[in-house]
Amino acid sequence: MQFGVFTVGDVTVDPTTGREPTEHERIKAMVAIALKAEEVGLDVFATGEHHNPPFVPSSPTTMLGHIAARTERLLLSTATTLITTNDPVKIAEDYAMLQHLSDGRVDLMMGRGNTGPVYPWFGKDIRAGIPLAIENYDLLHRLWREDVVDWKGKYRTPLQSFTSTPRPLDGVPPFVWHGSIRSPEIAEQAAYYGDGFFANHIFWPKEHTQRMIALYRQRYAHYGHGSADQAIVGLGGQVFMRRNSQDAVREFRPYFDNAPVYGHGPSLEEFTRETPLTVGSPQQVIDRTLGFREYVGDYQRQLFLMDHAGLPLKTVLEQLDLLGEEVVPVLRKEFAALRPAHVPEAPTHASLVAAAGGAKDSTVHAVDDVTGKAPEGATR
Amino acid sequence: MTQRSLAVVSAGLSQPSSTRLLADQLAAATRDELVRRDSEVRLHVVDLREYAHDVVNNMLTGFAPAALREVVDTVTGADGLIAVTPIFSASYNGLFKSFFDVLDKESLVDRPVLIGATGGTARHSLALEHAVRPMFAYLRSVVVPTAVFAAPEDWSDGTADGALRGRIRRAAAELADQIERRPPTGGPADPFALTTDFLQMLGRGDDAPVS
Repeated sequence: MQFGVFTVGDVTVDPTTGREPTEHERIKAMVAIALKAEEVGLDVFATGEHHNPPFVPSSPTTMLGHIAARTERLLLSTATTLITTNDPVKIAEDYAMLQHLSDGRVDLMMGRGNTGPVYPWFGKDIRAGIPLAIENYDLLHRLWREDVVDWKGKYRTPLQSFTSTPRPLDGVPPFVWHGSIRSPEIAEQAAYYGDGFFANHIFWPKEHTQRMIALYRQRYAHYGHGSADQAIVGLGGQVFMRRNSQDAVREFRPYFDNAPVYGHGPSLEEFTRETPLTVGSPQQVIDRTLGFREYVGDYQRQLFLMDHAGLPLKTVLEQLDLLGEEVVPVLRKEFAALRPAHVPEAPTHASLVAAAGGAKDSTVHAVDDVTGKAPEGATR
Repeated sequence: MTQRSLAVVSAGLSQPSSTRLLADQLAAATRDELVRRDSEVRLHVVDLREYAHDVVNNMLTGFAPAALREVVDTVTGADGLIAVTPIFSASYNGLFKSFFDVLDKESLVDRPVLIGATGGTARHSLALEHAVRPMFAYLRSVVVPTAVFAAPEDWSDGTADGALRGRIRRAAAELADQIERRPPTGGPADPFALTTDFLQMLGRGDDAPVS
Protein backbone atom coordinates (compact mmCIF):
# COMPACT_ATOMS: atom_id res chain seq x y z
CA MET A 1 0.00 0.00 0.00
CA GLN A 2 1.19 3.50 -0.82
CA PHE A 3 1.12 6.38 1.66
CA GLY A 4 1.68 10.01 0.96
CA VAL A 5 0.54 13.59 1.20
CA PHE A 6 -1.55 15.79 -1.05
CA THR A 7 -1.60 19.54 -0.98
CA VAL A 8 -4.05 22.10 -2.28
CA GLY A 9 -1.41 24.83 -2.32
CA ASP A 10 -3.54 27.49 -0.65
CA VAL A 11 -2.05 30.72 0.67
CA THR A 12 -3.91 31.15 3.95
CA VAL A 13 -3.41 33.46 6.92
CA ASP A 14 -2.11 31.70 10.03
CA PRO A 15 -4.99 32.57 12.38
CA THR A 16 -2.76 32.35 15.45
CA THR A 17 -0.33 35.01 14.21
CA GLY A 18 -2.33 36.87 11.57
CA ARG A 19 0.52 36.38 9.15
CA GLU A 20 -0.05 35.35 5.54
CA PRO A 21 2.84 33.68 3.71
CA THR A 22 3.96 35.09 0.39
CA GLU A 23 3.47 33.05 -2.76
CA HIS A 24 7.20 32.48 -2.85
CA GLU A 25 7.22 31.14 0.72
CA ARG A 26 4.28 28.89 -0.01
CA ILE A 27 5.82 27.46 -3.17
CA LYS A 28 9.08 26.75 -1.35
CA ALA A 29 7.11 25.25 1.54
CA MET A 30 5.38 22.83 -0.83
CA VAL A 31 8.77 21.70 -2.10
CA ALA A 32 10.06 21.33 1.47
CA ILE A 33 7.02 19.20 2.30
CA ALA A 34 7.66 16.96 -0.71
CA LEU A 35 11.34 16.49 0.23
CA LYS A 36 10.34 15.75 3.81
CA ALA A 37 7.81 13.20 2.58
CA GLU A 38 10.62 11.25 0.94
CA GLU A 39 12.89 11.70 3.96
CA VAL A 40 10.36 10.21 6.40
CA GLY A 41 9.63 7.26 4.13
CA LEU A 42 6.36 8.23 2.49
CA ASP A 43 5.70 7.07 -1.08
CA VAL A 44 3.71 9.83 -2.78
CA PHE A 45 3.57 13.60 -3.04
CA ALA A 46 0.61 15.04 -4.96
CA THR A 47 0.00 18.68 -5.77
CA GLY A 48 -3.24 20.39 -6.63
CA GLU A 49 -3.69 22.53 -9.72
CA HIS A 50 -5.39 25.91 -9.47
CA HIS A 51 -5.56 29.03 -11.60
CA ASN A 52 -6.92 31.54 -9.15
CA PRO A 53 -5.83 33.14 -5.87
CA PRO A 54 -5.36 32.19 -3.06
CA PHE A 55 -3.73 29.13 -4.66
CA VAL A 56 -0.17 28.94 -6.05
CA PRO A 57 0.17 25.65 -7.98
CA SER A 58 -0.81 26.71 -11.50
CA SER A 59 2.10 24.84 -13.05
CA PRO A 60 2.27 21.35 -11.53
CA THR A 61 4.81 19.77 -13.88
CA THR A 62 7.28 22.60 -13.26
CA MET A 63 7.04 21.96 -9.54
CA LEU A 64 7.02 18.17 -9.84
CA GLY A 65 9.98 18.25 -12.25
CA HIS A 66 11.94 20.26 -9.72
CA ILE A 67 11.01 17.84 -6.94
CA ALA A 68 11.88 14.88 -9.17
CA ALA A 69 15.40 16.25 -9.55
CA ARG A 70 15.80 16.51 -5.79
CA THR A 71 14.38 13.12 -4.78
CA GLU A 72 15.19 9.49 -5.48
CA ARG A 73 12.17 7.37 -4.67
CA LEU A 74 9.18 9.65 -4.21
CA LEU A 75 6.25 9.12 -6.56
CA LEU A 76 5.01 12.41 -7.99
CA SER A 77 1.33 12.86 -8.56
CA THR A 78 -1.45 15.43 -8.80
CA ALA A 79 -4.59 16.16 -6.81
CA THR A 80 -5.98 16.97 -9.23
CA THR A 81 -5.04 17.67 -12.86
CA LEU A 82 -7.80 19.68 -14.46
CA ILE A 83 -8.98 17.49 -17.30
CA THR A 84 -11.71 20.01 -18.15
CA THR A 85 -9.85 23.26 -18.71
CA ASN A 86 -6.42 21.91 -19.73
CA ASP A 87 -5.79 20.91 -23.31
CA PRO A 88 -5.44 17.11 -23.26
CA VAL A 89 -2.63 17.45 -25.82
CA LYS A 90 -0.63 19.59 -23.40
CA ILE A 91 -1.31 17.17 -20.52
CA ALA A 92 -0.07 14.28 -22.69
CA GLU A 93 3.12 16.16 -23.55
CA ASP A 94 3.85 17.64 -20.11
CA TYR A 95 3.35 14.47 -18.11
CA ALA A 96 5.20 12.27 -20.61
CA MET A 97 8.12 14.69 -20.28
CA LEU A 98 7.88 14.48 -16.49
CA GLN A 99 7.73 10.71 -16.73
CA HIS A 100 11.04 10.66 -18.63
CA LEU A 101 12.73 13.15 -16.33
CA SER A 102 11.63 11.30 -13.18
CA ASP A 103 12.40 7.85 -14.64
CA GLY A 104 8.80 6.77 -14.33
CA ARG A 105 8.03 8.16 -10.88
CA VAL A 106 4.80 9.83 -11.96
CA ASP A 107 1.09 9.25 -12.05
CA LEU A 108 -1.84 11.65 -12.28
CA MET A 109 -5.23 12.17 -10.77
CA MET A 110 -7.87 13.70 -13.02
CA GLY A 111 -10.38 16.13 -11.60
CA ARG A 112 -12.84 18.63 -12.99
CA GLY A 113 -12.35 21.75 -10.87
CA ASN A 114 -15.36 23.26 -9.16
CA THR A 115 -14.80 27.01 -9.59
CA GLY A 116 -17.17 28.33 -12.24
CA PRO A 117 -15.26 31.50 -13.25
CA VAL A 118 -12.05 29.53 -14.00
CA TYR A 119 -13.61 27.69 -16.94
CA PRO A 120 -14.23 30.69 -19.22
CA TRP A 121 -10.63 31.86 -18.72
CA PHE A 122 -9.71 28.73 -20.64
CA GLY A 123 -12.58 28.99 -23.12
CA LYS A 124 -14.73 26.43 -21.35
CA ASP A 125 -18.03 26.30 -19.45
CA ILE A 126 -18.48 24.60 -16.07
CA ARG A 127 -21.91 23.36 -17.12
CA ALA A 128 -20.12 21.04 -19.55
CA GLY A 129 -17.79 19.77 -16.81
CA ILE A 130 -18.64 16.08 -17.14
CA PRO A 131 -18.72 15.95 -20.98
CA LEU A 132 -15.39 17.84 -21.02
CA ALA A 133 -13.85 15.34 -18.59
CA ILE A 134 -15.12 12.44 -20.70
CA GLU A 135 -14.04 13.74 -24.10
CA ASN A 136 -10.69 15.20 -23.02
CA TYR A 137 -9.63 12.12 -21.14
CA ASP A 138 -10.57 9.85 -23.99
CA LEU A 139 -8.27 11.87 -26.24
CA LEU A 140 -5.48 11.89 -23.64
CA HIS A 141 -5.81 8.11 -23.30
CA ARG A 142 -5.33 7.70 -27.07
CA LEU A 143 -2.47 10.19 -27.32
CA TRP A 144 -0.41 8.06 -24.93
CA ARG A 145 -1.27 4.79 -26.63
CA GLU A 146 -1.37 5.56 -30.35
CA ASP A 147 1.69 7.00 -32.10
CA VAL A 148 -0.37 8.85 -34.70
CA VAL A 149 -3.79 10.19 -33.83
CA ASP A 150 -6.57 11.46 -36.06
CA TRP A 151 -9.23 12.91 -33.84
CA LYS A 152 -12.32 15.08 -33.97
CA GLY A 153 -14.41 16.11 -30.98
CA LYS A 154 -16.60 18.84 -29.59
CA TYR A 155 -14.32 20.81 -27.31
CA ARG A 156 -10.98 21.23 -29.06
CA THR A 157 -9.68 21.74 -32.57
CA PRO A 158 -9.38 18.48 -34.58
CA LEU A 159 -6.08 16.63 -34.87
CA GLN A 160 -4.72 15.08 -38.04
CA SER A 161 -1.65 12.85 -38.07
CA PHE A 162 -0.70 14.16 -34.65
CA THR A 163 2.04 12.54 -32.61
CA SER A 164 2.34 13.59 -28.99
CA THR A 165 6.00 13.72 -27.99
CA PRO A 166 7.84 12.51 -26.09
CA ARG A 167 6.22 9.09 -26.29
CA PRO A 168 5.61 7.56 -22.84
CA LEU A 169 8.67 6.16 -21.12
CA ASP A 170 9.29 2.49 -22.01
CA GLY A 171 6.09 2.52 -24.05
CA VAL A 172 3.97 2.62 -20.90
CA PRO A 173 1.71 5.60 -20.11
CA PRO A 174 1.57 6.98 -16.55
CA PHE A 175 -1.09 5.39 -14.38
CA VAL A 176 -4.20 7.54 -14.01
CA TRP A 177 -6.59 7.99 -11.12
CA HIS A 178 -9.91 9.79 -11.41
CA GLY A 179 -11.04 11.85 -8.46
CA SER A 180 -14.59 12.82 -7.61
CA ILE A 181 -16.55 13.52 -4.46
CA ARG A 182 -20.02 12.66 -5.65
CA SER A 183 -20.33 12.33 -9.42
CA PRO A 184 -21.19 8.73 -10.25
CA GLU A 185 -20.24 9.45 -13.89
CA ILE A 186 -16.59 9.80 -12.89
CA ALA A 187 -16.59 6.50 -10.98
CA GLU A 188 -18.05 4.99 -14.16
CA GLN A 189 -15.31 6.61 -16.27
CA ALA A 190 -12.54 5.23 -14.04
CA ALA A 191 -14.15 1.78 -14.12
CA TYR A 192 -14.51 1.79 -17.91
CA TYR A 193 -10.79 2.34 -18.51
CA GLY A 194 -9.67 0.16 -15.61
CA ASP A 195 -8.00 3.23 -14.12
CA GLY A 196 -7.79 4.03 -10.41
CA PHE A 197 -10.50 5.88 -8.51
CA PHE A 198 -9.65 8.32 -5.75
CA ALA A 199 -12.19 9.59 -3.22
CA ASN A 200 -10.90 12.75 -1.59
CA HIS A 201 -12.58 11.59 1.62
CA ILE A 202 -12.03 14.86 3.47
CA PHE A 203 -14.56 17.55 4.29
CA TRP A 204 -17.43 15.12 3.51
CA PRO A 205 -19.19 12.28 5.32
CA LYS A 206 -17.75 8.82 4.82
CA GLU A 207 -21.01 7.66 3.26
CA HIS A 208 -20.18 9.65 0.10
CA THR A 209 -16.88 7.80 -0.23
CA GLN A 210 -18.47 4.48 0.55
CA ARG A 211 -21.13 4.88 -2.13
CA MET A 212 -18.73 6.11 -4.81
CA ILE A 213 -16.20 3.36 -4.19
CA ALA A 214 -18.89 0.67 -4.18
CA LEU A 215 -20.16 1.94 -7.55
CA TYR A 216 -16.63 2.11 -8.98
CA ARG A 217 -15.81 -1.42 -7.82
CA GLN A 218 -19.03 -2.84 -9.25
CA ARG A 219 -18.50 -1.17 -12.63
CA TYR A 220 -14.79 -2.11 -12.70
CA ALA A 221 -15.86 -5.73 -12.54
CA HIS A 222 -18.64 -5.09 -15.08
CA TYR A 223 -16.09 -3.86 -17.63
CA GLY A 224 -14.02 -6.97 -17.11
CA HIS A 225 -10.84 -5.59 -15.55
CA GLY A 226 -10.94 -7.96 -12.59
CA SER A 227 -13.11 -8.67 -9.60
CA ALA A 228 -14.63 -5.78 -7.65
CA ASP A 229 -12.12 -6.16 -4.84
CA GLN A 230 -9.24 -5.86 -7.32
CA ALA A 231 -10.21 -2.34 -8.42
CA ILE A 232 -7.60 0.32 -7.63
CA VAL A 233 -8.83 2.60 -4.87
CA GLY A 234 -7.22 5.64 -3.27
CA LEU A 235 -8.47 7.69 -0.35
CA GLY A 236 -7.68 11.07 1.09
CA GLY A 237 -7.61 11.84 4.76
CA GLN A 238 -7.04 14.78 7.03
CA VAL A 239 -5.21 14.53 10.35
CA PHE A 240 -3.52 16.63 12.99
CA MET A 241 -1.45 14.87 15.62
CA ARG A 242 0.40 15.47 18.85
CA ARG A 243 1.62 12.76 21.20
CA ASN A 244 -1.08 13.84 23.63
CA SER A 245 -4.49 14.10 21.96
CA GLN A 246 -5.60 17.10 24.08
CA ASP A 247 -2.58 19.01 22.81
CA ALA A 248 -3.53 18.19 19.23
CA VAL A 249 -7.08 19.46 19.74
CA ARG A 250 -5.93 22.63 21.49
CA GLU A 251 -3.33 23.48 18.88
CA PHE A 252 -5.44 22.65 15.83
CA ARG A 253 -8.70 24.32 16.95
CA PRO A 254 -7.91 27.88 15.81
CA TYR A 255 -6.85 26.54 12.40
CA PHE A 256 -10.01 24.49 12.20
CA ASP A 257 -12.28 27.32 13.32
CA ASN A 258 -10.92 29.69 10.67
CA ALA A 259 -10.21 27.22 7.87
CA PRO A 260 -11.30 27.88 4.33
CA VAL A 261 -14.06 25.47 3.21
CA TYR A 262 -15.54 24.55 6.61
CA GLY A 263 -14.42 27.28 9.03
CA HIS A 264 -16.98 29.23 11.08
CA GLY A 265 -19.40 26.33 10.62
CA PRO A 266 -19.55 23.11 12.57
CA SER A 267 -17.44 22.61 15.68
CA LEU A 268 -14.23 20.59 15.54
CA GLU A 269 -16.02 17.86 17.49
CA GLU A 270 -18.98 17.78 15.08
CA PHE A 271 -16.70 17.74 12.05
CA THR A 272 -14.50 14.93 13.35
CA ARG A 273 -17.66 12.94 13.98
CA GLU A 274 -19.27 13.68 10.60
CA THR A 275 -16.14 13.43 8.39
CA PRO A 276 -12.91 11.40 8.44
CA LEU A 277 -10.95 14.31 10.01
CA THR A 278 -8.92 12.99 12.93
CA VAL A 279 -7.32 15.28 15.50
CA GLY A 280 -5.52 13.43 18.25
CA SER A 281 -2.67 11.09 19.04
CA PRO A 282 -0.79 8.99 16.45
CA GLN A 283 -2.60 5.94 17.82
CA GLN A 284 -5.98 7.57 17.19
CA VAL A 285 -4.93 8.31 13.61
CA ILE A 286 -3.83 4.69 13.16
CA ASP A 287 -7.13 3.35 14.49
CA ARG A 288 -9.28 5.70 12.42
CA THR A 289 -7.31 5.06 9.24
CA LEU A 290 -7.49 1.29 9.63
CA GLY A 291 -11.23 1.77 9.97
CA PHE A 292 -11.48 3.22 6.42
CA ARG A 293 -10.86 -0.27 5.07
CA GLU A 294 -14.02 -1.48 6.76
CA TYR A 295 -16.22 0.61 4.49
CA VAL A 296 -14.26 0.75 1.22
CA GLY A 297 -12.51 -2.62 1.27
CA ASP A 298 -8.79 -3.23 0.81
CA TYR A 299 -7.35 -0.23 -0.96
CA GLN A 300 -4.10 0.81 -2.56
CA ARG A 301 -3.26 4.41 -1.72
CA GLN A 302 -3.77 6.65 1.29
CA LEU A 303 -2.93 10.35 0.96
CA PHE A 304 -3.15 12.81 3.84
CA LEU A 305 -3.82 16.53 3.67
CA MET A 306 -1.36 18.01 6.17
CA ASP A 307 -0.64 21.60 5.19
CA HIS A 308 -3.83 23.61 4.78
CA ALA A 309 -5.65 26.29 6.78
CA GLY A 310 -2.53 28.38 7.35
CA LEU A 311 -0.55 25.81 9.38
CA PRO A 312 3.08 26.99 9.45
CA LEU A 313 5.69 24.93 7.62
CA LYS A 314 7.49 24.04 10.86
CA THR A 315 4.31 22.45 12.23
CA VAL A 316 3.64 20.61 8.97
CA LEU A 317 7.13 19.14 8.98
CA GLU A 318 6.63 17.98 12.58
CA GLN A 319 3.38 16.36 11.46
CA LEU A 320 5.23 14.56 8.68
CA ASP A 321 7.78 13.27 11.19
CA LEU A 322 4.96 11.79 13.28
CA LEU A 323 3.27 10.40 10.18
CA GLY A 324 6.44 8.83 8.82
CA GLU A 325 7.86 7.57 12.10
CA GLU A 326 4.87 6.50 14.15
CA VAL A 327 1.82 6.13 11.95
CA VAL A 328 2.71 4.83 8.49
CA PRO A 329 5.01 1.98 9.58
CA VAL A 330 2.16 0.56 11.69
CA LEU A 331 -0.41 1.12 8.95
CA ARG A 332 1.80 -0.59 6.36
CA LYS A 333 2.13 -3.64 8.54
CA GLU A 334 -1.52 -3.82 9.58
CA PHE A 335 -2.97 -3.20 6.10
CA ALA A 336 -0.57 -5.73 4.55
CA ALA A 337 -1.58 -8.36 7.08
CA LEU A 338 -5.25 -7.82 6.29
CA ARG A 339 -4.98 -7.72 2.50
CA PRO A 340 -5.79 -10.97 0.64
CA ALA A 341 -3.19 -12.12 -1.89
CA HIS A 342 -5.40 -11.56 -4.95
CA VAL A 343 -5.84 -7.84 -4.21
CA PRO A 344 -3.14 -5.97 -6.16
CA GLU A 345 -0.86 -3.15 -5.02
CA ALA A 346 -1.22 0.23 -6.73
CA PRO A 347 0.33 0.09 -10.19
CA THR A 348 3.79 1.66 -10.53
CA HIS A 349 5.88 2.25 -13.61
CA ALA A 350 7.82 -0.96 -12.89
CA SER A 351 4.68 -3.06 -12.48
CA LEU A 352 3.09 -1.58 -15.62
CA VAL A 353 6.25 -2.26 -17.65
CA ALA A 354 6.31 -5.83 -16.37
CA ALA A 355 2.62 -6.27 -17.24
CA ALA A 356 3.33 -4.97 -20.76
CA GLY A 357 5.95 -7.65 -21.25
CA GLY A 358 8.96 -5.45 -20.69
CA ALA A 359 10.22 -2.00 -21.57
CA LYS A 360 10.31 -0.94 -25.17
CA ASP A 361 11.59 2.28 -26.64
CA SER A 362 8.62 3.99 -28.20
CA THR A 363 10.41 6.87 -29.88
CA VAL A 364 8.68 7.97 -33.05
CA HIS A 365 11.35 8.86 -35.60
CA ALA A 366 10.67 11.41 -38.25
CA VAL A 367 10.20 10.03 -41.74
CA ASP A 368 12.33 11.46 -44.57
CA ASP A 369 9.79 13.36 -46.63
CA VAL A 370 11.65 12.67 -49.91
CA THR A 371 12.38 8.96 -49.61
CA GLY A 372 9.60 8.11 -47.17
CA LYS A 373 12.12 6.13 -45.14
CA ALA A 374 12.78 6.21 -41.46
CA PRO A 375 16.37 6.19 -40.12
CA GLU A 376 17.99 2.78 -39.99
CA GLY A 377 16.84 0.67 -37.09
CA ALA A 378 13.94 2.99 -36.30
CA THR A 379 10.43 1.69 -36.16
CA ARG A 380 7.38 3.55 -37.04
CA MET B 1 -55.46 0.58 1.27
CA THR B 2 -52.59 2.72 0.06
CA GLN B 3 -49.69 3.76 2.29
CA ARG B 4 -49.05 7.49 2.14
CA SER B 5 -46.45 9.59 3.85
CA LEU B 6 -46.98 13.22 4.67
CA ALA B 7 -44.14 15.52 5.73
CA VAL B 8 -44.95 18.62 7.74
CA VAL B 9 -42.33 21.36 7.99
CA SER B 10 -42.80 24.16 10.50
CA ALA B 11 -40.39 27.08 10.65
CA GLY B 12 -41.91 28.58 13.80
CA LEU B 13 -39.31 29.84 16.24
CA SER B 14 -41.18 30.43 19.49
CA GLN B 15 -42.38 27.64 21.73
CA PRO B 16 -45.26 27.08 21.73
CA SER B 17 -45.56 28.35 18.20
CA SER B 18 -48.68 29.44 16.33
CA THR B 19 -46.93 28.32 13.14
CA ARG B 20 -46.62 24.82 14.55
CA LEU B 21 -50.25 24.98 15.68
CA LEU B 22 -51.36 25.84 12.13
CA ALA B 23 -49.08 23.11 10.73
CA ASP B 24 -50.64 20.55 13.06
CA GLN B 25 -54.16 21.53 12.07
CA LEU B 26 -53.33 21.34 8.37
CA ALA B 27 -51.67 17.96 8.94
CA ALA B 28 -54.60 16.56 10.89
CA ALA B 29 -57.11 17.76 8.30
CA THR B 30 -55.09 16.28 5.42
CA ARG B 31 -54.61 13.00 7.26
CA ASP B 32 -58.34 12.75 8.00
CA GLU B 33 -59.13 13.46 4.37
CA LEU B 34 -56.73 10.78 3.11
CA VAL B 35 -57.97 8.25 5.67
CA ARG B 36 -61.54 8.99 4.60
CA ARG B 37 -60.40 8.04 1.10
CA ASP B 38 -59.02 4.76 2.36
CA SER B 39 -55.34 5.61 2.64
CA GLU B 40 -53.10 4.80 5.55
CA VAL B 41 -51.08 7.88 6.50
CA ARG B 42 -47.68 8.24 8.12
CA LEU B 43 -47.14 11.77 9.41
CA HIS B 44 -43.66 13.20 9.92
CA VAL B 45 -43.61 16.58 11.63
CA VAL B 46 -40.38 18.57 11.52
CA ASP B 47 -39.74 21.62 13.68
CA LEU B 48 -36.93 23.29 11.76
CA ARG B 49 -35.90 25.11 14.92
CA GLU B 50 -34.31 21.88 16.15
CA TYR B 51 -32.12 21.72 13.03
CA ALA B 52 -31.25 25.41 12.72
CA HIS B 53 -27.52 24.93 13.38
CA ASP B 54 -27.39 21.90 11.10
CA VAL B 55 -29.02 23.87 8.29
CA VAL B 56 -26.41 26.64 8.57
CA ASN B 57 -23.60 24.07 8.77
CA ASN B 58 -24.97 22.45 5.64
CA MET B 59 -24.84 25.80 3.86
CA LEU B 60 -21.19 26.25 4.91
CA THR B 61 -19.83 22.73 4.39
CA GLY B 62 -22.02 21.50 1.55
CA PHE B 63 -23.30 18.42 3.34
CA ALA B 64 -26.08 17.71 5.81
CA PRO B 65 -25.03 16.40 9.23
CA ALA B 66 -26.57 13.01 10.00
CA ALA B 67 -29.63 14.31 11.92
CA LEU B 68 -30.51 16.80 9.19
CA ARG B 69 -29.86 14.17 6.50
CA GLU B 70 -32.63 12.08 7.99
CA VAL B 71 -35.02 15.03 7.91
CA VAL B 72 -34.10 15.88 4.33
CA ASP B 73 -34.70 12.27 3.27
CA THR B 74 -38.05 12.25 5.06
CA VAL B 75 -39.20 15.49 3.45
CA THR B 76 -37.96 14.73 -0.07
CA GLY B 77 -39.25 11.17 0.09
CA ALA B 78 -42.80 11.99 1.26
CA ASP B 79 -45.92 11.78 -0.93
CA GLY B 80 -47.04 15.22 0.15
CA LEU B 81 -45.60 18.21 1.96
CA ILE B 82 -47.16 20.79 4.24
CA ALA B 83 -44.82 23.78 4.61
CA VAL B 84 -45.63 26.49 7.12
CA THR B 85 -43.62 29.59 7.98
CA PRO B 86 -44.06 32.69 10.08
CA ILE B 87 -43.94 35.86 7.98
CA PHE B 88 -40.90 37.99 8.84
CA SER B 89 -40.21 41.29 7.06
CA ALA B 90 -42.84 40.61 4.39
CA SER B 91 -41.62 37.10 3.51
CA TYR B 92 -40.82 33.58 4.80
CA ASN B 93 -38.33 33.59 7.65
CA GLY B 94 -34.68 32.85 7.00
CA LEU B 95 -34.80 29.41 8.57
CA PHE B 96 -37.60 28.30 6.25
CA LYS B 97 -35.78 29.55 3.16
CA SER B 98 -32.43 28.14 4.28
CA PHE B 99 -33.93 24.69 4.72
CA PHE B 100 -35.31 24.66 1.20
CA ASP B 101 -32.04 26.15 -0.08
CA VAL B 102 -30.05 23.11 1.07
CA LEU B 103 -32.35 20.61 -0.65
CA ASP B 104 -31.37 19.34 -4.06
CA LYS B 105 -33.32 21.55 -6.44
CA GLU B 106 -34.79 18.51 -8.23
CA SER B 107 -35.91 16.82 -5.04
CA LEU B 108 -39.44 18.24 -4.85
CA VAL B 109 -40.35 18.21 -8.53
CA ASP B 110 -44.06 17.37 -9.06
CA ARG B 111 -44.53 17.00 -5.30
CA PRO B 112 -47.94 18.10 -3.94
CA VAL B 113 -47.41 20.93 -1.47
CA LEU B 114 -49.75 22.84 0.81
CA ILE B 115 -48.37 26.19 1.97
CA GLY B 116 -49.34 28.01 5.12
CA ALA B 117 -48.15 31.01 7.10
CA THR B 118 -48.79 32.92 10.28
CA GLY B 119 -48.26 36.60 10.99
CA GLY B 120 -48.98 39.41 13.39
CA THR B 121 -51.58 40.93 11.10
CA ALA B 122 -53.75 39.75 8.20
CA ARG B 123 -52.07 42.40 6.06
CA HIS B 124 -49.16 39.95 5.66
CA SER B 125 -51.32 37.24 4.13
CA LEU B 126 -50.29 37.80 0.50
CA ALA B 127 -46.69 36.96 1.40
CA LEU B 128 -47.85 33.39 0.76
CA GLU B 129 -48.61 34.36 -2.83
CA HIS B 130 -45.68 36.64 -3.61
CA ALA B 131 -42.94 34.77 -1.75
CA VAL B 132 -43.77 31.22 -0.69
CA ARG B 133 -45.66 30.07 -3.78
CA PRO B 134 -42.99 31.34 -6.25
CA MET B 135 -40.28 29.53 -4.30
CA PHE B 136 -42.11 26.23 -4.78
CA ALA B 137 -42.81 27.16 -8.40
CA TYR B 138 -39.03 27.37 -8.84
CA LEU B 139 -38.72 23.89 -7.29
CA ARG B 140 -41.44 22.78 -9.75
CA SER B 141 -43.64 21.48 -6.97
CA VAL B 142 -47.40 21.39 -7.35
CA VAL B 143 -48.76 23.91 -4.85
CA VAL B 144 -52.48 23.56 -4.16
CA PRO B 145 -54.62 26.64 -4.94
CA THR B 146 -55.66 27.32 -1.35
CA ALA B 147 -52.85 28.72 0.77
CA VAL B 148 -53.71 29.12 4.43
CA PHE B 149 -52.79 32.22 6.40
CA ALA B 150 -53.63 32.53 10.09
CA ALA B 151 -53.67 35.97 11.70
CA PRO B 152 -54.21 36.62 15.43
CA GLU B 153 -57.94 37.16 14.93
CA ASP B 154 -58.26 33.68 13.39
CA TRP B 155 -57.15 32.17 16.66
CA SER B 156 -59.15 34.49 18.90
CA ASP B 157 -62.35 33.90 16.96
CA GLY B 158 -61.96 30.21 17.73
CA THR B 159 -60.83 27.69 15.16
CA ALA B 160 -63.64 25.18 15.60
CA ASP B 161 -66.19 26.90 13.39
CA GLY B 162 -64.32 29.96 12.16
CA ALA B 163 -63.29 30.90 8.64
CA LEU B 164 -59.82 29.49 9.29
CA ARG B 165 -61.23 26.01 9.85
CA GLY B 166 -63.03 26.20 6.51
CA ARG B 167 -59.84 27.22 4.68
CA ILE B 168 -57.92 24.43 6.37
CA ARG B 169 -60.48 21.86 5.26
CA ARG B 170 -60.53 23.12 1.67
CA ALA B 171 -56.71 23.19 1.45
CA ALA B 172 -56.46 19.70 2.96
CA ALA B 173 -58.94 18.32 0.43
CA GLU B 174 -56.96 19.90 -2.41
CA LEU B 175 -53.73 18.39 -1.12
CA ALA B 176 -55.35 14.97 -0.71
CA ASP B 177 -56.60 15.22 -4.32
CA GLN B 178 -53.10 15.88 -5.62
CA ILE B 179 -51.56 13.10 -3.52
CA GLU B 180 -54.19 10.62 -4.70
CA ARG B 181 -53.45 11.36 -8.34
CA ARG B 182 -49.88 10.13 -7.96
CA PRO B 183 -48.42 6.73 -7.19
CA PRO B 184 -46.67 6.55 -3.80
CA THR B 185 -43.09 7.86 -4.05
CA GLY B 186 -40.22 5.44 -3.88
CA GLY B 187 -38.58 7.48 -1.12
CA PRO B 188 -35.82 10.06 -1.52
CA ALA B 189 -33.78 10.05 -4.73
CA ASP B 190 -30.34 8.41 -4.58
CA PRO B 191 -27.75 11.06 -5.51
CA PHE B 192 -25.16 8.36 -6.22
CA ALA B 193 -27.26 6.35 -8.66
CA LEU B 194 -25.67 5.95 -12.07
CA THR B 195 -28.27 6.94 -14.66
CA THR B 196 -26.14 6.47 -17.77
CA ASP B 197 -23.30 4.27 -18.89
CA PHE B 198 -19.91 5.22 -20.17
CA LEU B 199 -20.41 4.58 -23.86
CA GLN B 200 -23.49 6.77 -23.83
CA MET B 201 -21.52 9.53 -22.13
CA LEU B 202 -18.79 9.13 -24.73
CA GLY B 203 -21.38 9.29 -27.49
CA ARG B 204 -20.33 5.86 -28.77
CA GLY B 205 -23.35 3.76 -27.92
CA ASP B 206 -22.24 0.81 -30.09
CA ASP B 207 -18.61 0.33 -29.10
CA ALA B 208 -17.39 -2.58 -27.09
CA PRO B 209 -15.56 -1.69 -23.89
CA VAL B 210 -11.77 -1.56 -24.02
CA SER B 211 -9.69 -3.23 -21.37
